[in-house]
Amino acid sequence: MSLLAAEGLDKSFGGVVAARNVTFAVEAGKLLAIIGPNGAGKSTIFNMVGGQLRPDAGRVMLAGHDITGLAPRRIWRLGVGRTFQVAQTFVSMTVAENVQMALISRHGRTRAWWPDASGLYREEAIALLDRVGMSANAERPSSELAYGDVKRVELAVALAGAPKLLLMDEPTAGMAPKERAQLMELVHGIARERGLGVLFTEHDMDAVFAHADDIIVLVRGEIIAAGRPDEVRANARVREVYLGGSGGADGGPARTSATAG
Amino acid sequence: MTAKRIVAAKRDHHLSDLSFLLVQALNGLASASSLFIIAAGLTIVFGVTRIVNFAHGSFYMLGAYFGVTLIPRLLDVSSSFPMFLAGVLAAALGVGLIGVAMELVLLRRIYKVPELFQLLATFGVVLAVQDLVLKIWGPLDILGPRAPGLRGAVDILGHRFPSYELFLIAMGPLVLGALWLLMHKTRFGVLVRAATQDREMVGALGVNQALLFTGALFLGAALAGLGGALQTPKLAANPHMDISVIAEAFVVTVVGGMGSVPGAFLAALLIAELQAFGILIFPKITLVLVFLLMALVLVVRPWGLMGRPEAGQARVVLPEGIVRLQRFGRAEHVAVAAAGVILLALPLVGDAYAIKVAIEVLAFALAAFSLNFLIGVGGIVSFGHAAYFGLGAYAAGLMVTRLGLPMEPALIAAPVIAGLGAALFGFFVVRLTGIYLAMLTLAFAQIVYAVAFQWVEVTGGDNGVVGVWPSRWAGGRTTYYYLALVVVAAAVVLLRRGIYAPFGYTLRAARDSAVRADAIGIDVRTHRWLAFTIAGAAAGLAGGLFAFSKGSIDPTLISIPMSVDFLVMTLLGGVQTVVGPLVGAAAFHSIRDLLMPLTDYWRLLLGLAIIAIVLAFPRGIVGGALLLRSRLGWDDAVARARARTPA
Ligand SMILES: Nc1ncnc2c1ncn2[C@@H]1O[C@H](COP(=O)(O)OP(=O)(O)OP(=O)(O)O)[C@@H](O)[C@H]1O
Ligand SMILES: [Mg+2]
Repeated sequence: MSLLAAEGLDKSFGGVVAARNVTFAVEAGKLLAIIGPNGAGKSTIFNMVGGQLRPDAGRVMLAGHDITGLAPRRIWRLGVGRTFQVAQTFVSMTVAENVQMALISRHGRTRAWWPDASGLYREEAIALLDRVGMSANAERPSSELAYGDVKRVELAVALAGAPKLLLMDEPTAGMAPKERAQLMELVHGIARERGLGVLFTEHDMDAVFAHADDIIVLVRGEIIAAGRPDEVRANARVREVYLGGSGGADGGPARTSATAG
Repeated sequence: MTAKRIVAAKRDHHLSDLSFLLVQALNGLASASSLFIIAAGLTIVFGVTRIVNFAHGSFYMLGAYFGVTLIPRLLDVSSSFPMFLAGVLAAALGVGLIGVAMELVLLRRIYKVPELFQLLATFGVVLAVQDLVLKIWGPLDILGPRAPGLRGAVDILGHRFPSYELFLIAMGPLVLGALWLLMHKTRFGVLVRAATQDREMVGALGVNQALLFTGALFLGAALAGLGGALQTPKLAANPHMDISVIAEAFVVTVVGGMGSVPGAFLAALLIAELQAFGILIFPKITLVLVFLLMALVLVVRPWGLMGRPEAGQARVVLPEGIVRLQRFGRAEHVAVAAAGVILLALPLVGDAYAIKVAIEVLAFALAAFSLNFLIGVGGIVSFGHAAYFGLGAYAAGLMVTRLGLPMEPALIAAPVIAGLGAALFGFFVVRLTGIYLAMLTLAFAQIVYAVAFQWVEVTGGDNGVVGVWPSRWAGGRTTYYYLALVVVAAAVVLLRRGIYAPFGYTLRAARDSAVRADAIGIDVRTHRWLAFTIAGAAAGLAGGLFAFSKGSIDPTLISIPMSVDFLVMTLLGGVQTVVGPLVGAAAFHSIRDLLMPLTDYWRLLLGLAIIAIVLAFPRGIVGGALLLRSRLGWDDAVARARARTPA
């Protein structure tokens, strides 16, 4: 039984088909990458798995349980942490408080009228921030951070729920190339150490091919190829979409240095 | 608007009388036309500027006053229908120019500020215009001359129906047609539609943008003026017509879809007919019906019948409210201790009048503090907080006067009843955000107001109820003061605790990013709903205390101006601070108390003060003081934090 199994997911917005019969699985301890051009439907898939969107058809199974259409907060409780393409943090809080907030929620104390929240689960939060290399910034307002650092805080927040599955929608968007490699290294390390399944998407093909165990290629909502990195790299249709056809004459993987869509 | 005449007519007719129903429907159509003309202006201005303009009611009122001034002069020249029409159009034009002035002087400066500030600034204009109108035209109603040629009535299936009403019926579709042509055949109109549909579009317009906004204000204001001037032969110009019409125009705009002119037409029809027939079936709750409809639409389809949902902003912006929770340092502890000593010693030094004012300040302070629990912490901009203050006041007042219970249970019932009301309304309110949320809170407040106003047997209607006195032991002014002080202090300390506790953090998390909060397991709606209920209960407690200090209750405690007072107190003190609203309430109420007896222009001053705060002093007193302190480098807490963190 896979940790995550998406079965025949469909989603359209008005006339736009964002996902059609999307089926894939993520195993514990493995990294699955979804790649595809802008507007392919990658974020839509993340949102259907994370509960932000309800699929028109199909099922999302988490460790054998049907979680289709559950609210994000319930899916989180079942062990799914996520980051967003446009990073979402609590801008009025410090870096540490962002993580503490997630811990407060995990311990079911969001309604508590006592004690001061600023001291609650602080050590745990600092430890998580340490893991993503942000503990030195614990006291800074999160609104002041560079975008790459915000993404790391988001990762720490996602980890605070002790997830079994991590969803990362463009985790390195907006980062410098060196920083990207470091972050993917970090995610890979955490996934290995905790046996997490990771579903991520990236426009940076170097990151994808270096870290993904498996890749699915999405074009206009449909999976056109799936398999191990070398298989996908060799796939004729993928080469067409990414290298030929639509005019990518530079020879490298399309949009290696793409920015957030 | 024609309620009295209709009720009189109802007596002589049976509901099954078809011809009567027809006349009733025609009456509805005539009101629909007026309502549409006014609301069309409001909706166009909203579509382009995204500002909900309270002053639209003032435009309408000015249209009426311009009408009653200009039309008789023109009819003196020649008593003809074209002259009448010329007078109406001149009035509309004049109001249009005032709209232009408002855009140039005020609105232009507030397009980018948070909605709360926009709403308040335009309400400042309402207050200022009210006093100016009183000064120029006096307090008495002024009825306009009837239109030559339309003074008679026509016979409709045996009923006499005024010809002027028929003319009004025709005006609605006429204006709709004219607006359609304008919107589809002129460059200006095309731009207005584009701006309404796509906000980003406006930015791309460059230089044209300023002109477009000014033009939209001219058109919107002129339509309101037209509506006002057209009413003059049947409805006297009076200094209260602004608030009543703005509430109705809001309903039409919201129901139709904010920004949609055809939607406004449809909604005006719906609402006017609902009123025309509602008064036959439920004469007691016509006002409630209208606001219920608005509430229903906001809950089910917030973008209205013919509007379209606005795409959410992906942009992450700092919220307007408490961003950095200041913890009490030495300076704050000293200030709190000093305030405590002053409050405890006040009855020893102050006279009876000072104590009375102080009791009122205490009640308002709790209400404002509870409001900022919603706004500053939860990001829930309630424009109807007076509903819960009023519910508490009425619950306490009615228990004492109608049920003969003593003060103690009444003071317990006040927060309970207000909390229940807030729980009921809040259930729907927390499903919305931004301007739609503000409109829904307003609608609910108007429902409570309408009930207090119309349910005369129980609430005493407009006059309210007198004889709401405390128990004997607390009857002395000083004793009651200390009672209020203890109760308010306890409530404030408790609420403040919540802000620093996990619950307050959770509210801020939900405000900062509802998506993120949801994705870490937070039930955003439930927490917001709890906050709304708790804040409502606290406001209700404040209302109960206030009722006993005043000895009476009346609908002004629930009115829109009361809600605005609370907002102004909050704003004046500083929405970004925890204790600001307390300071704001004290400052606002004492200044009002000092100035009101000295001037006939209190509302003018207040209006200008609100605008000044929004434009120049958005942090309020406490926010400003904190800023000053950190500029001067006296801020030890911040300095220490800076030293600790690498820049
Ligand atoms: N809420 C929505 N309403 C309407 N259309 C939407 C919505 N969300 C996504 N779409 C459309 O669905 C399609 C897929 O969008 P999605 O965001 O999933 O793409 P993506 O692969 O994540 O793109 P990117 O690489 O730019 O992030 C796009 O055509 C997009 O315009
Ligand atoms: Mg995406």
